[in-house]
Amino acid sequence: MNPTKSSAISLRVNGETHSLTVDNRTTLLDALREHIDLTGTKKGCDQGQCGACTVLLDGRRANSCLQLAVAAEGRAVTTIEGMADGERLHPVQQAFLDFDGYQCGYCTPGQVCSAVAVIEEHAAGWPSAATADIRPETGPPPLDDNEIRERMSGNLCRCGAYVSIVRAVAEAAAQAAAVRESAGDTTPDGGSGSGTVPAGGSGARVTA
Amino acid sequence: MREFGYMRATDVTEAVSLLATDPEARFLGGGTNLVDLMKTGVENPALLIDVRELPLDRIEVADDGALKIGATVTNSDLAADPEVRRRYPALAQAVLAGASGQLRNMATVGGNLLQRTRCGYFGDTTQPCNKRVPGSGCPALTGEHHNHAILDWSEHCVATHPSDMGVALAAFDAVVSVHTADGPAELPLSEFYLPVGDTPHRETALPPGALITGVTLPAAPVAARSRYRKVRERASYAFANGSIAAALDVEDGTVRDVRLAFGAVASRPWRARKAEQALTGGPATPEAFAAAADAELAAARPLTHNGYKVPLIRNLVVAMLTELTQEDAR
Repeated sequence: MNPTKSSAISLRVNGETHSLTVDNRTTLLDALREHIDLTGTKKGCDQGQCGACTVLLDGRRANSCLQLAVAAEGRAVTTIEGMADGERLHPVQQAFLDFDGYQCGYCTPGQVCSAVAVIEEHAAGWPSAATADIRPETGPPPLDDNEIRERMSGNLCRCGAYVSIVRAVAEAAAQAAAVRESAGDTTPDGGSGSGTVPAGGSGARVTA
Repeated sequence: MREFGYMRATDVTEAVSLLATDPEARFLGGGTNLVDLMKTGVENPALLIDVRELPLDRIEVADDGALKIGATVTNSDLAADPEVRRRYPALAQAVLAGASGQLRNMATVGGNLLQRTRCGYFGDTTQPCNKRVPGSGCPALTGEHHNHAILDWSEHCVATHPSDMGVALAAFDAVVSVHTADGPAELPLSEFYLPVGDTPHRETALPPGALITGVTLPAAPVAARSRYRKVRERASYAFANGSIAAALDVEDGTVRDVRLAFGAVASRPWRARKAEQALTGGPATPEAFAAAADAELAAARPLTHNGYKVPLIRNLVVAMLTELTQEDAR
């Protein structure tokens, strides 16, 4: 058996399907930037340590630099370009603007994608390493600064804008919780605590 | 990076037979370690068999109460699972202590067991390394080894196993399920990792061509009162300098059952059976905890720059068991 070293794949990005032929070595990050011209997703360390390349895969955050493009076929990819609703920024993007959650901006697309997912994960009842009591009956902890810092630790900011990033994530999370409450949704679900962050669809949205 | 073919397996039998088509084929799970090592030339497969979509993504309770965890369950789903959090909290804590949210979404249980050491010499193809190139030497012995092994290393390799998850699995007597061309088989985690000896490049007892299909945790009431603690050089998102998974059942001041395992001290997750034996049936006091830790660590052979790990692990044992005792009394 001698499978070819490149593959014709279709990638579903921000709801749009792209057909391309990639060398199997191509990461999702490079496919997005070099093949589909979506340069919002940034290459930092290229080894899964900095989080600049964070995108959503089937609604969950992932490091696109460690994701082979060929292995992403059939999965829904959401990049920073897919976050806004037309001209209206995603609430997390708006919060980063409102609270100056950046300096140079290079890590920001990854920070925003990660924060969108953090808010979803927390609302779904996922514990973190900062959670004192992880029993499902206890329900999710308040999304305080400690929780945000732990949950966002996969996104480095060399400018050190962390203080403002934490404020932006907290503000966006509070907004998302208010939206859920007004929609009559009782999550965070402390009852079952079974984290079921979206496993499909064209991308996670904080807004109801 | 070397060019490679890519195939996606849809069932376990197909995955195993596809792997057999090329001696240089490897399974691809979440890819968080393998793809990284391919970029640096440490791993050079000719063919990747993608097993991420195999139907092994369930966590189920068996009739005998055991918890069966599929090999493609992601770290995130494992740590969020209500049964895991209720019955084996140290396992959920261990998984949450590892990597980042992004990586935990990608990484799988099977891949976690097979991840490679983070020894800097192993990851640097310009350096000798007996694990990467057998017989080439071990610069870590006299070089940068502040986070290397203190237990059961050999002059051929002093690298540690980096997994947090594996430490909790070791404490809870996990059994690894595999599938080969001959069919399914089981391998206790205690026999899964091979001693370093003079073959540090041979890391596991997995049969050739075997696919990990899952991990089973036997029912263990003691595990419901368990914790994982990890010491590292920054607050989050770093490998351990030392870690511990501990479970404790105390009745009338006497230790009825105890489980202890250490991370970042050896080439494999380290089940502390000597300490457990020293404790079982004896008093649940800080003095007894310290004596048990000493019994386990008597075999420690620290290197020039990692002697701190001996008191670190000792202190972790005393602190964790003391906390669990106090929790037990409530």
